[in-house]
Amino acid sequence: MLVWLRTIRMGIKSLTLHPLRTGLTMLGILIGVWSVIVLTAISQGASEQVQKQIESLGATTIIVRTIKPPDEKLTGMAATKYGLLRSELDQIIATLPTLETAVPIREIKRQFTRGDKLISGRLVGCTPGYKDVNRLQLRKRGGRFLTDADGARNENVCVVAADVAQELFPYEDPLGKRLYVPEHTDYYRIVGVLEPRNASAAIGGSLDSQEFNRDVYIPLETMQKRIGDTIVTRRSGQFQIEIMELNQITMQVQRVSQVRPTAKVIESILGAKHADTEDIAVVVPLELLEQARNLRLMFLGIGVLIACISLLVGGIGIMNIMLASVTERTREIGIRRALGAKRRDIVRQFLVETILLSFAGAALGIVLGFLGPPMYRGAILLISTSFPDQFAALPSAIRDSHPSIVLETIPLAVVIAVTVGLISGLYPAIRAARMNPIDALRHE
Amino acid sequence: MSGQSLATRIDGLTKEYVLKSETVRALRGVSFDVPEGDYVAIMGPSGSGKSTLLNMLGCLDQPTAGSLFLGDDNISLMTDDQLAEIRSRRIGFVFQSYNLIQQLTVVENIQVPLYYQGLLGAKERARAVKLADQVGLSDRLDHRPNQLSGGQQQRVAIARSLVNDPYFILADEPTGNLDSVTTDEILALFDQLNGEGRTIILVTHEDDVAERARRIVRLKDGMLHSDEPVSDERRKTAREMQAAAALAVKNKQGLTC
Ligand SMILES: Nc1ncnc2c1ncn2[C@@H]1O[C@H](COP(=O)(O)OP(=O)(O)OP(=O)(O)O)[C@@H](O)[C@H]1O
Ligand SMILES: [Mg+2]
Repeated sequence: MLVWLRTIRMGIKSLTLHPLRTGLTMLGILIGVWSVIVLTAISQGASEQVQKQIESLGATTIIVRTIKPPDEKLTGMAATKYGLLRSELDQIIATLPTLETAVPIREIKRQFTRGDKLISGRLVGCTPGYKDVNRLQLRKRGGRFLTDADGARNENVCVVAADVAQELFPYEDPLGKRLYVPEHTDYYRIVGVLEPRNASAAIGGSLDSQEFNRDVYIPLETMQKRIGDTIVTRRSGQFQIEIMELNQITMQVQRVSQVRPTAKVIESILGAKHADTEDIAVVVPLELLEQARNLRLMFLGIGVLIACISLLVGGIGIMNIMLASVTERTREIGIRRALGAKRRDIVRQFLVETILLSFAGAALGIVLGFLGPPMYRGAILLISTSFPDQFAALPSAIRDSHPSIVLETIPLAVVIAVTVGLISGLYPAIRAARMNPIDALRHE
Repeated sequence: MSGQSLATRIDGLTKEYVLKSETVRALRGVSFDVPEGDYVAIMGPSGSGKSTLLNMLGCLDQPTAGSLFLGDDNISLMTDDQLAEIRSRRIGFVFQSYNLIQQLTVVENIQVPLYYQGLLGAKERARAVKLADQVGLSDRLDHRPNQLSGGQQQRVAIARSLVNDPYFILADEPTGNLDSVTTDEILALFDQLNGEGRTIILVTHEDDVAERARRIVRLKDGMLHSDEPVSDERRKTAREMQAAAALAVKNKQGLTC
């Protein structure tokens, strides 16, 4: 034991004799350990973020969504009609008795005002089932959600999300008050106010995640009667007329095992009609979840690959330096052998040096690894302030994720680093010990 | 000196180096004894096998034929580890080029043979300090070799060779790199050690160095050429002449300064 301690002390002495060389040798191991820790932390953070978003969509959910066909398919100028139809909803419900719920929605980007206050958000026409499907929560003493009766009577009532309530009614209770939609010159009486809700994952091919906090919900029937299916928008000086019945149908089945077969049936019902126009998409969050898991594995794989490469380079570096050191210290080896060092004493001396090198490299890598997550957040902050547009285009898994260090990777990285040091130091050490003491002494 | 026990017994010692094209016969059957307390100078022309002989005495190499006894142990029968063990316990080496370890201090260098016996305590350090004192380096304990003169380094090497209480001190041209003043100092140290009963075997090219030993062994072409004692008178003259030469050099240096 004492011998080892002495050998370690001697090793430190020899290593500190050439600080620059020692530092450079450690660099390979340092980068390897650092990348293992940081890359796993980033992939962990990203996957936690994606998982959170997808889970908020629900694993037993299937979504069919209208997507805007590519422009060249709309060049007919006049009114273009695309997307899901109400008749298709009925057809789905008739064909699939296993569906727990099927919630149709129609959404339009609109501005909402109250006096001189204004907020823009989504005007969403939906059925009462929407609340449970999207796990919306009413605020305490926040009234009620929409009912079937509201729809049947085409009532001008609405439920507002948290931000809308906050912006338009900062000092008063919104319940019973009215909110104005200027584009349709319509008033809606507020019957319910919601708790804030986290954004969910992007669906239907758009990169944006769904933001719920600026929504205003009205009965689908009311929307159809008062606004209709035709939307006129001004685009680059021209009026564009689009006709669409439904933006989305959110369906739920009872068990996870039913998700895929049900999605297949839905695809076959709708597929034929929409094949040419490519104006709908069937989204299965379960699949997104699995994709996210694959993505994480890929991240992890790349991380491990980079780490392996830099550890390999580090190992080669150590071996190189130790071989040079053995040559340079041939004389010293000869002296030690002449004064009674056994072969194993020489092997021990050189092995201890490489292990010290790789331990020190690993330790520095760990310390810098812990700086990784704050560095990541700092980089994200920097991008968000200097390039806001590009930043907005980044997926939420990158924008909103907080890398979290996976503690298990630390001992793993240390074990790998020391193993690399040991393996790459063994050959030079054995070569040093093999030397004939007389030849070693004569070396100059 | 008859009746005394032997430090080493050499019997028909042969060493051959097998090279690609030829076989070099460095030693061809050398026999002589060295009693304890003796002081032997080995001389001979270059390539006559002096270093080869000394290396085998130092257990750094093994003979091709013949035997070499240290006490009762025949080193031609030993393993590499056993040889290393003997080197650390019973042999003191002094080299022409000092051969100190650069990253160690004076005291640490002196301790190295003990280190490889597994002795690492304060007692060993105290012994090293005492030896440093004995060779006149008590004010240089924590210096590194590159901060010392050649003569000082050689004294560290001599202190190191004494630290394990060896069978004998082996010195291969220990004064080869030193000027006459320092040579005199080192040889005086050897005289003193031999006076205390240490066995010394020394290789040299210089007659005045050899004449301070008790006995001169001459090799030629790997064979024993002659083996004769040095009379006390010759030893005394050699001592005085060297001292005088050293003094002359010192005076000259004093004048030019
Ligand atoms: N490792 C070796 N391989 C081959 N031949 C060797 C080896 N070592 C020594 N020799 C040969 O053995 C012979 C004796 O060499 P040695 O070194 O003992 O001579 P020496 O008497 O010490 O000479 P010098 O006075 O020049 O130091 C020489 O001919 C030398 O070339
Ligand atoms: Mg020689």
